[in-house]
Amino acid sequence: MNIKAQVRGHPRKMAGQEERKCYNLDHGGVVVATVRDGKIVRVQPLYLSNDDAPSWKIAVGDRVFTPPRRSNATQFTISIRRRVYASNRVLYPMLREDFDPDKEDRKTENRGKSKYVRITWKEASEIVAKEVRRIREKYGPVAIAAMMSSHQMWGYINASYSAFTRFWSILGYTEILNNSDSWEGWSWGAEHVWGFYWRLGLPDQYDLLDDALKNSDMIVLWSADPDATNSTYAAYDSVMIRHWLKELGKEIVVIDPYCNYTAVRFADKWIAPKPGTDAALAAAIAYVWIKEETYDKQYVETHTVGFEKWADYVMGKEDGTPKTPEWAEKITGVPAREIRALAREWAKKRTMLGPGNRAGMGGACRAPYGHEWARMMVYLQAMQGLGKPGVNFWSTNTAFPSWEEFNFPGYVNGGMNVPGIAKQVYLNPVKQKLLRTLVPDALLTDKRLSWRGFGFNLGSTEQQFQLNVYPLPKPDGAPIRMLYKFGAAYLCTMPDGNRWARAYRSPKLEFFVVQNPWFEGEAKFADLILPAATNLEREDIAEWNNGGGASGAIPHGSNSNAHRIIVYMQKCIEPLGESKSDFHIFLELAKALGIEQEYSEGEDVEGWIRRVYESSDMKDVMPFEEFKRRGYYVVPVPENDVSHRSFATFYELGRGLATPTGKIEFESRTLAKFDPKDPERPLVAHYIPSWEGPESPTAAKYPLVLITPHVRFSFHSQHDGEKNPWIDEIPHHRVYKDGRYWWPVWINPVDAEKRGIKDGDLVKIYNDRGTVVCIARVSERARPGSLHAYQASAIYEPKGDPGNPASPELGGCVNALTSLRFMSKNAHGFAPAHALVEVAKWEGS
Amino acid sequence: MTRYGMVIDVSKCVGCYNCFIACKDEFWGNDYPPYSKAQPDHGQYWIKIAEKERNFPQIVVRVDYVPMPCMQCKDPPCAKAAKDGAVYVRDDGIVIIDPEKSKGQKQIVDACPYGAIYWNEELQIPQKCTFCAHLLDQGWKKPRCAEACPADAIIFGNLDDTRSQVRRLWKSAEVLSPEQAKGDLLSPPGGDDHGSSVRYIGLPKPMVGGSVIFGDTGECAEGVAVTVMDGGNALASAKTNAFGDFLIEGLELNRKYVVRFEHPDYASKELEVTVSGDINLGEVKLERR
Repeated sequence: MNIKAQVRGHPRKMAGQEERKCYNLDHGGVVVATVRDGKIVRVQPLYLSNDDAPSWKIAVGDRVFTPPRRSNATQFTISIRRRVYASNRVLYPMLREDFDPDKEDRKTENRGKSKYVRITWKEASEIVAKEVRRIREKYGPVAIAAMMSSHQMWGYINASYSAFTRFWSILGYTEILNNSDSWEGWSWGAEHVWGFYWRLGLPDQYDLLDDALKNSDMIVLWSADPDATNSTYAAYDSVMIRHWLKELGKEIVVIDPYCNYTAVRFADKWIAPKPGTDAALAAAIAYVWIKEETYDKQYVETHTVGFEKWADYVMGKEDGTPKTPEWAEKITGVPAREIRALAREWAKKRTMLGPGNRAGMGGACRAPYGHEWARMMVYLQAMQGLGKPGVNFWSTNTAFPSWEEFNFPGYVNGGMNVPGIAKQVYLNPVKQKLLRTLVPDALLTDKRLSWRGFGFNLGSTEQQFQLNVYPLPKPDGAPIRMLYKFGAAYLCTMPDGNRWARAYRSPKLEFFVVQNPWFEGEAKFADLILPAATNLEREDIAEWNNGGGASGAIPHGSNSNAHRIIVYMQKCIEPLGESKSDFHIFLELAKALGIEQEYSEGEDVEGWIRRVYESSDMKDVMPFEEFKRRGYYVVPVPENDVSHRSFATFYELGRGLATPTGKIEFESRTLAKFDPKDPERPLVAHYIPSWEGPESPTAAKYPLVLITPHVRFSFHSQHDGEKNPWIDEIPHHRVYKDGRYWWPVWINPVDAEKRGIKDGDLVKIYNDRGTVVCIARVSERARPGSLHAYQASAIYEPKGDPGNPASPELGGCVNALTSLRFMSKNAHGFAPAHALVEVAKWEGS
Repeated sequence: MTRYGMVIDVSKCVGCYNCFIACKDEFWGNDYPPYSKAQPDHGQYWIKIAEKERNFPQIVVRVDYVPMPCMQCKDPPCAKAAKDGAVYVRDDGIVIIDPEKSKGQKQIVDACPYGAIYWNEELQIPQKCTFCAHLLDQGWKKPRCAEACPADAIIFGNLDDTRSQVRRLWKSAEVLSPEQAKGDLLSPPGGDDHGSSVRYIGLPKPMVGGSVIFGDTGECAEGVAVTVMDGGNALASAKTNAFGDFLIEGLELNRKYVVRFEHPDYASKELEVTVSGDINLGEVKLERR
């Protein structure tokens, strides 16, 4: 049976219901849904009422800035009802038709090609329970791996760190460790300069809007596109901020190989280094400052250590090569005079540096040796007196006035598996771990794998140096035989997509389960698909744009919204078909495995919501029943709120950072202790040519550098593909031609003409890892020698055998072209932000 | 009385497509008789977004986005083309295509000088933006596109209300020309032949730009006075920034101008330009006196 035929049809109608409003949450803002007769008919952004807390105000001269009384939403969130009713919804448990758990031969080679048959929930949960028991008995719990995605649908109880982690921790499993996917260089590099291990190596972000509006003259956005990446989850609350900055006459410079969406509207100057050469540009800026003595010598003296070593490198004392603007021009392609002008302007004006989405992140950090660039970003601001009024790290989209002391958890905080919320917290008893980017190696080879570091390394900087191996020696370790995938699709968000496809088809993988609402990504490779309901079909409790509460990866992330909004996520409609919420799917499996009581503690989902509510400050401001009915609460900013910008204390005291010296370390003490002789991450940051860039040997064969930034009109793959035909109509997201919506690739007219490519032509982008068909958008926005295509198509549609690099992929899975290689020898961060490719007109059909 | 009007501030638009998507959300799968029938997934752009890349890559490639709904003309050519009164203008200025009466009347689509009407192949009806009349009639203050705009670039209101923002902006706002609506965004604004209820602020106008370099040092030439001369008169002027860059907007198509560069220490320079679109002068070198 074809799964497509299964998923079509109409939602169940609940008769006699009137129109009602329903509040929910998504990655792109608060959802206000209108439900009529059991159907979602409208989704709006939230407009605040007079009953809600007043908005903050910032006075600058004779102007008073205050945000619009609403939570802005993104286009993918406004269109979220379309993906509820998407044609590729999985409405029933589906079993791969040639998969028989009672047979030895599981026909794994057919994964990605087979059709599916509908089965009942009873059958599905029994298959999972039986396979779990079989594998546990035969190989031990260690042979079962469960893998969350970097993201899932919004929620707290239903989030991966909650229901998923609790369920699998009760059973024990090989945890797949996430890598620092969007902020690699900050964790692996900047952290060794200024600490902040507890927040991914990214800097504190408090009260910097106030600082910027009042004190800054210039904003440098480096590898940052706030109009595309929205401070991750803050939707468009910062659009108005950038208009304010322009109204106040602040100069905005954008440094990016692609003239990005922020640059085309707000930049006074676009500087386009060749991909992978950003660190050379940074070194040359430092050269100008040292040469012209325009850095803050006093500050460097009192607030930093190891500056001489950096100066020795920059001025050429170390290696005989002064890092002059002329030197950098040859590498980056940026004219030396412009590098000098930028350096002088930066030194002269009080400058905010926004290196990435939230004053950190950015494509340049997800690239080979991206840690070197991130370290240099800190060096540069340190040379200009980081923490001085108007001189800070800020990407225009964070650190608004906010009452951070009001406590409410964020999705990484653990939901159902947190002391005080759960009566019993479960810790995974299995010691073996596997790094996510090594999953394909684990499934395709017999190599003993090793890496250093533990996931996001949030415990300490030293954690980065902890050696791990897979498989662990017996009896603790064993190769994985079963994989349970939860959350958004890895095809096509993970690098080297074809290698993942080959891994999913490996005979080593005896059983592969995917829990997902849509038939896409790895669901098409699964033996069993468990139909998850979408966030609009389930209850939950969560805060908009809160990833980490007061602790966790990004503490107080919601201060990048104009208003903090906590939502009782109401169930708008019953789950479509036989889909179930993530909480209920794990409940179903727990019943089949006899661990129901352990998993749920006899509590239904509202009971868990109530426990979270009781554990937070919500209990003090609004009765539970009122919150449940009203749907949301706006956290006020106290009238006596005093602005205290990040780094102000450090600026005053010259100490207190979480580095061994408490100061900014140009020369890193942690690296000196653990990695004193690593040429790929020296004690002082260096420009090291990318192994996948214009100076690498592969460039002779594949001369163009493709950059793959975070997508603008979807959240990763979550709103793309068959899920949302409306987004397809946005010509910056997909372009229609000959019956299909193609993924666009931006190419400079010079490169296009050389290859006979015209605007609107179908082209194949290829290298040794893959062949991806895209539609050409010929534009000066791509710098010569580089291509731009977003990273996260939800469609992986190889014409030919899945996983074969020669099979033309038609969905726009450009991650089939990027590499899974570690960014450097001892830093396991991945580096997919750029890849060497060639492009040609595609003559296929 | 109520007469609805919309002013779209192009200088505020960031091209997020929220307006387009909010429109899809309002109308997809939803019939609102007697105003409209459902909008299909594909092929209809009740608020279409045209864009113009301003190619000054050594400075910045600016992109201007121009959202284009139905202009809700006072004297609509589509109504003239319609039979049986299938298109009518309400007292508040909103133009409605009756989804029943208009069946089979494809000529209504062709009559629109702005290309704002779409043919629904399945239903055999012409369809377009209604200013969300079904919502306004229920007391909503603005249509879905304006509500979803994060930049407040779509200002909507009652033109007869002397206190309304839209009325304050109305007089100085420009009317889109059919040429602009069809994609030639740098062509001159329209003459309001049909009585448009939609006007614009900040429509793109041809620009001249360049990057000035001091010939003797090779450095970016900051502080050079750049003047665009129209005959003997100075039309516009600017000072180059720290990168030696300047951008001056507001030229007219098919005209000749002289761009003059002046600096106390360098010999002045004049360049003649003929405007057929944006003019990127690239690198302009000044020699020391």
